[in-house]
Order: sequence, then C-alpha cells, then structure tokens
Amino acid sequence: MWDNIKEFASEFFVTGDPLIYGADVSIALTLIAVVTALTYFKKWTWLWKDWLTTVDHKKIGIMYVIASLLMLFRGGVDALLMRTQLAVPDAEFLSPEHYNQIFTTHGVIMILFMAMPLMFGLFNLVIPLQIGARDVAFPFLNSLSFWLFFFGAMLFNVSFVIGGSPDAGWLSYPPLSGKDFSPGVGQDFYIWGIQISGIGSLMTGINFIVTILKMRAPGMKLMKMPMFTWSVLSSCLTIILAFPILTITLALLFIDRYLGGHFFTLDSGGNPMMYINLIWMWGHPEVYIVILPAFGIFSEIVATFSKKRLFGYKSMVFALMAISITSFFTWAHHFFTMGTGANVNAFFAVTTMIIAIPTGVKVFNWLFTMYRGRLSFPTPMLWMLGFIPCFVVGGMTGVMLSVAPADFQFHNSYFLIAHFHQVLIGGVAFGYFAGLYYWWPKVFGFKLDEKLGKWAFWFWNIGFYVCFMPQYVLGLMGMTRRVSTYGWDKGWYDLNLVSTIGGFLMGIGFIFQVWQILHSIKFMKKAPADPWDGRTLEWSIPSPAPVYNFATIPRAEGKDWYWEEKQRIAQGLPPSPRPKLEPIHMPKNSGIPFIMSAFWFVAGFGLVFDWLWMAIPGFIGIVVCMLAHSFNYKTDYYIPVDEIKRTEAAAAGRGV
Amino acid sequence: MKKGLRRFTAVLSLVLMAIVTSGCAEKVIVMNPKGEIGRHQADLIWITIALCLVILIPVLILTFYIVWKYRNKPGNKAKYDPTWEHNTKLEVIWWAIPIAVIVILGGITIKYTYMLEPSKPIEHEAKPLVIQVTSLDWKWLFQYPEQGIATVNYIEFPEDVPIKFELTSDAPMNSFWIPQLGGQIYTMSGMAMKLHLIADEPGSYMGMGANFSGRDFGSMQFTAKATSQEEFDAWVESVKGSSPALTEEGYAQLAKPGVSDVQTFSGIPEGLFQKIVTKYGAHNHGGGKQESDNSGGEEANVHESGSSHEQSDTNVKQEASSTEGHASHE
Repeated sequence: MWDNIKEFASEFFVTGDPLIYGADVSIALTLIAVVTALTYFKKWTWLWKDWLTTVDHKKIGIMYVIASLLMLFRGGVDALLMRTQLAVPDAEFLSPEHYNQIFTTHGVIMILFMAMPLMFGLFNLVIPLQIGARDVAFPFLNSLSFWLFFFGAMLFNVSFVIGGSPDAGWLSYPPLSGKDFSPGVGQDFYIWGIQISGIGSLMTGINFIVTILKMRAPGMKLMKMPMFTWSVLSSCLTIILAFPILTITLALLFIDRYLGGHFFTLDSGGNPMMYINLIWMWGHPEVYIVILPAFGIFSEIVATFSKKRLFGYKSMVFALMAISITSFFTWAHHFFTMGTGANVNAFFAVTTMIIAIPTGVKVFNWLFTMYRGRLSFPTPMLWMLGFIPCFVVGGMTGVMLSVAPADFQFHNSYFLIAHFHQVLIGGVAFGYFAGLYYWWPKVFGFKLDEKLGKWAFWFWNIGFYVCFMPQYVLGLMGMTRRVSTYGWDKGWYDLNLVSTIGGFLMGIGFIFQVWQILHSIKFMKKAPADPWDGRTLEWSIPSPAPVYNFATIPRAEGKDWYWEEKQRIAQGLPPSPRPKLEPIHMPKNSGIPFIMSAFWFVAGFGLVFDWLWMAIPGFIGIVVCMLAHSFNYKTDYYIPVDEIKRTEAAAAGRGV
Repeated sequence: MKKGLRRFTAVLSLVLMAIVTSGCAEKVIVMNPKGEIGRHQADLIWITIALCLVILIPVLILTFYIVWKYRNKPGNKAKYDPTWEHNTKLEVIWWAIPIAVIVILGGITIKYTYMLEPSKPIEHEAKPLVIQVTSLDWKWLFQYPEQGIATVNYIEFPEDVPIKFELTSDAPMNSFWIPQLGGQIYTMSGMAMKLHLIADEPGSYMGMGANFSGRDFGSMQFTAKATSQEEFDAWVESVKGSSPALTEEGYAQLAKPGVSDVQTFSGIPEGLFQKIVTKYGAHNHGGGKQESDNSGGEEANVHESGSSHEQSDTNVKQEASSTEGHASHE
C-alpha cells in the first residue's frame, strides 16, 4: 500500500530539481498567505460577491489584467531562466529536458495566457465605455469567458509541479507531440489548458462583435467609431474565424493521443503536415489578433497627446480590415522550407509581403497625426513613441523573412526569434502597456506615478534593443532556436552574453512597473474624469466609472464627440441636451460561470491523467451548470433613479 | 527631445557594438557564403535590406523630425492645426510607396523563388554526387549510395561538384542546414525531399539540425567538409578499408534515441534509404504517390519484402530490426 502511494506520488509530483522544490514551497506559502489573509480580514464574502461572481465588464477587465500580469511574471521568469542558461557556452544551469519545457511554456504563456488576456482585459475595460454602452452584449457569457481562460491557464500552469510540463514547442508539432515521442502528461496539459481557455476566447470574440455592432450610442455610425473600437472589431472578426480551427486541431491531436487516432501520424493514413497547416491557419492570424488592438490603442493615444484629430481615418479603417483578412493568406510562410514547391512559396511570399502595405500606411498616418499637432509626452505617449522605431524595424525584418528563398537561411534561426519578439514586444507588449497607462485613471480612479513609469519605460526600451539586436546577428551566425547550449567553438558567446544582459534589463523594467503600481496605490492621487484631455466618450463620465457607466446614454455624432463637446462649451455654447434619468436595467451577478469553469478544470485534469472517475463527474457538473443557468430567470434588476442621483452626486463631490 | 536623440544614439551604438563585438564579419556565416546557392541567398538578403532601408530610414528621420518640431513647448511657433485630418494626395503617396516597394520586392522574390527552388538541379558540367540524409533521434545518418559508404554526423564531398541531397527522417521532423552552402530544408518521415548545394572552395563548414526534435536535438551537429576530388576519393577508399559495414541490425541500433560521435561505415544495407522512406507509407491508404515513386527495380523488391513484414508487425518502429539483414555491397 505504502509503496503504491510512493510510486504514484513519484510520478504525480515533479521531483528532482531544486527550482521545482523552490516553486513548490513558494506556491504553498502563497496559498497559505492568501487563505489566512482572506479569513483574517473576513473577506471571503467580499471576494465571492464582488469579484468571483461579478458580471460587470469593468471588474472582469481588472481580473483579466491582474491574471495576465501574473502570467507575464511567470513567462518572464521563464525567459530569464533561458537567457541565464544561454549566457555562457556549455552552461549546465538547466538540463536539456528542463530547457525544452521552459521554452514551450514561455511561448504558450506569453501568447495565450499573457497577451490574449491583457487584450481581453483592455476590451472589457474600454469598449463599453468608448461606445457609450452600459455593459457588453452578453454579460454572463463574458464572465464565463474569463473563468474559462483563468482555469485553462491554471490547468496549464500546474503542469510545472504536477505531472510535468509539455516540451514539444509552443505549437507542438506531431509526431514529436504524439504519444510515441511524448508519452508523459505534459502534452495533455497543453491540449486541455489551451482548449478550455480557447473556448473562452472564441466566446469573447462573439461577445464583442455583437457589443460593438448592436450597442453603440445613438448617432455613432460605424464610420464614426473610435479607432480602438474598430481595431477590436477587426481583431474579434479574426478571432471567430481562427479559433474554431485551433479547437478542432487540438481535438484531433487529443484523439490521436488519447484514443490512438491517426490524424497526424504517417502510419495508418494520417499526416503531420495536416497539423502544421491547421495550427498555422490559426497561429498566424493569432499574431494579428493580438497586434490589431495595439494599433487601435496607439491611434487613440497619438491623437490625444497630439491634441489633434487622427489623420487618415478611412485609410486606418481600411488598413485594419485589410490586415485582418489577409492574415488568413499567409500561414504557409511558416514552412517555406518544407518542400511545398516554388508555386506555393511564391504565392505565400507575396501574400505575406502585402500585409506590410496597410501596416506601413498606418505608421505614416500616425506620423501625420503628430504633424501640426502639439505633442506632450506622458508615459502612454512615450510607449507610443518607443513603439514606432521598434515596430518599423520589426516590420522590416518581417518583410525580409517573407522573401521565401532568403527565408531558407533565416528559418528556425535566432534571426526569426529576434523578429517576432520585436513585433510582439515592440508592438503588442508596448501597445498594451500604453493602453494600460492611458486608461488606468479611468478604471481605478487614480493616476500612476509618472516618474517611476518613465524609469520602467527606459529600462524596457533599452533592455529590448540590448537583448534582441544581437540575436539578429546570432541568427546570421547560424545559431538555431531552441538549442539549450552551445560550444565555445561557435563564436556565439559574446553576443549571447549581451543578449542576456538585455533580458535582465527588461526584467528590471518590469520590477519598476510593479513598484510604480504599489507606490501609486500607497500615495494615491485621485484622478479627474478627464485626466489627459481626452477625445472619446469614456472620458465624459467619472473616474472610476459607476457600475452603470452612463447615467444617461449620450448621443455621439462626431468622431471625437467628447472633444467637440468640450470645444462647444468653451465657446460658450450650452452642452448637448441629455435625456431625463430613468431606472437602469442591469444584469445580476452569477456564480455559475466560476463553478462551471471549475468543473472544466476538474474534467480537464481528469482527462490529462486518464482518470475517467474524475473527468466524467467534471463533465456532468458542466452540464448541470448549463441547465441551472437555463432555468434561472432572475438574471436582471433595475437601479432606481434615486440611487443614480446619489452615485452621480458622490462622483461629482469627489472633486472631478 | 533630448531623450529621443539619446535613445537613437543608444540604439545606434548598440547595433555597432553588436557588429564590433562579433569580431569580424567572418563569423556571420550566412553573409559569408562558400557556394553558389548560399551566395545567391546572401545577395538576395542584401537586396531586401537595401529595399527596406529605402522606407525605414526616411520614416525614422521623419519620426524624429516631427516629434522634435511639434513638441508642446511654450513659444513653439510650428503650425498647430487640430482639425487637419485628411489629405488625399498625401494618403495616395503613402499607399503608393509601400505598394511600389512590395511590387519590386515581390517580383524579385518570385524570380529567386523559382531560381533557388531547392529540388532544382544545379546546372554544372560535373555529375552530381548523391548523399542520402536521414535525421535520427538525435544524430544524422549520411549514405553515399554510389560509393557504398555511410557516415554519422560527418560528410565529405569534393568542391565544385553539385551535391544532390536526398533527405528523409526516421524520427520527428528536423531541418538540414549548412548555412555557408545554402538554406535549409526539412527532413520528414515518409518523404524524400531534395536539396541541391555546391561548394566553391575547400573548407570545413558547420552543419546542423535546425528544427526542434526533442531532448538532444542541440547535439545534431555535423561537419560538412569540402575537399579536392582526389582527397575525396582517398577518403572514400580509407573509409572502405578501415570501417565496419552498416548492417540492418546496426541501423536499428543507430536509430534508437541517443547522441552519437562521428562514425563511418564501409557498406550499407541495400535499399536502406528507400526502406526508411517507404516504411511509413506501407499502411498509408493515401500514400499511393510515394509507393509509385519508388516502384521499379531493386527498390521495389526491397519495399515489398519490407511491407510483407510490416503486415504482420503492427509496430512499424520495430520493422527495421525484425527484417533480415540484406547483404551489403561488400
């Protein structure tokens, strides 16, 4: 009996590495601390009623942001572990197995559990406010999306200490990810972690398309929408076309692994090439999904801090849509070197290059928004300005990679690594940071410390170039991606050391950001409703926004309606008339999304370990939750006029 | 705007530092090719860099100029026009510039794509040398069918003679790359890919597996040595004289996961390469193309005897070891 338990435990818990034991201890301590604190301060009800069951888009947005920053920390630690290993030749800091697990989890976490939720967080925080809506179209679904993401991410993360992490790369090509070459549970964690959160992503895409198309304030025609709203719409359209492909691909891989299917094995008629095609038909649009909202954020910020209208609105809209459509015609550039032949390569090389055209146009439009403007440089604008050179260089190396015959030399090398980090950090991460700084006062009601923010900005920016510029050269020196160590004879040591130093500089940048947030909470400076002299609807309501967002639904006829309104008032004209206050129809909180997602976690965990006794009750729980929600008719309530008046008066009295 | 300038100089000095610390340009091997294919690719990379710089440099200069000129400083006399939001002429210009660059680059790309298609033979008076490449977990097996020898993690070939690599995999896919001779190509089980390369001058070139294939994929490195024709012939003779032959059992042993030092073999089992390629196709209902490609002559016999074994053996991976060893060339 004892021996059985010991044998089980030795497979169940990951052992044999001091880093893992360290993680075990810190996870246990954190859990104990959280539980103790919640009990001591009697915060359990508060946690459940105010957060876990909330359907308020603003609170869901905040939870997305917190979760994604935690994941940024984890993915960042992974990155620094890898860079430490690569700092000197012949290093033995990490074993090859451990290194393989770390780069796999780094990729998955940064793309799917950091970039995506940070993006969804910004969608939630901003979109309803920006279009003058009181919530998203489907608030219950929104909460469910968040909890599916959260539990999917947690399922993926526990693989670190339970059972073992996946180690076949972030896209898990078969046959390497098949049962023969990856017999452990790591790949199953990969499949279910991504699958569960992917369902949430798909639902968010649907939710925001409907929200944007159906819930805009009266007067806001499509071609009057703020640019961030447009970028979210184009991103969500890409999500609903791309994510079903991911769902199916992972389902087929699961069937291969779990039921002995042969979709992606050569014997018995399958083909690994089918997987590679499918995963990139999702994977390439995915990178545009995360970059498009960043384009929207930059468009908002550049107009606000130039005190000028966005230049070339129609071009911008057209460029966004063009990118979201053409993103589906580029996937084969990921395997130019797989012998698809000159016809296919030429086609996909050209379709890939074409994306550079609308992207280039956007850069010109941003530049000419600043032209004849009056530029000020608070932190959001700094990130915008840091983005332009970084992204232009990243885009240029992207064009270089799309030249198929040259890609035969770049493919799988550090040149590629440097390129995609340049567009994903320089574009996506810088963009979302800019957005977070920009909308932070609106969401939390206080401003972030500018001085610490500037320190963070410079550490990130300089660190970025120190880290990734050498990697372009390393790629041309023949260094391939995913090597866990290399010899002195290669001549790669000096540039790798420089690169590692750059990685740690970015780590210091992150510490500054954490410090900035903590410092700003401690010395809280209340933010006014319109701290940046903004142009769009979200700045017309108090900071933080009341639960119902808008006491009365505004009319928004101009592209920069709030800016124009301010101009009118400054000229002595009366403000636009507002309708009379009426009771506001609001959705009720629900615990079902949290409970149902927890059942998904249970079912996923059961399938990972092949424990049907656990998976089946998990799925039953999911179905019961669905039924419970179907028969729940108490889903909404009204906020009476008196309460609205009190809330608005309190907000006004706060000194806005 | 001192900060912007400071950043610009910081970036510039970093790039320069990167180039300087990399010692000499010699080490940037992709840009220092030793063969025709690699040279065309290096040329193409320079062309793309030049074309991209045509856009990049003006955009960067424009960015710094605009940010500097329109900064919000008291007494800044630059024009302020808060409602200026559209100018058809300007917008047409910057739709046209990237379109023009992409049209030019696209044309060049298409031309080079056909010219450098890796399966296309190199035009040369010398008859190509065939080297059959198999990626294994985690080592490279090279067979010289005409010479009847095989090596692990090492190849030698005469300079100025086109080499026709035939590539497959008996493990998760990998990618075969000798940067100084030319770009890489994937090795995949069930397929025989082709890659034509040539070396212009003698030398030892770094070769490696570029696509992640599991635990010790980082050890899948080899030396590709270009020599004179005489030295090559002498090397073949010495391998034949001094090394053991590779047997079917030996191959099964070699194919097991693990790393390996350089090895040489004076003989190879008949049709081993074809057998590796087709063994995954034996149960392949949709794999008619591969089978018909390889039917005919000895190869087909080997294939058929192999597949009859497979019919009774569900585990395809065991097939090589369960097949009776064919006599080698020797």
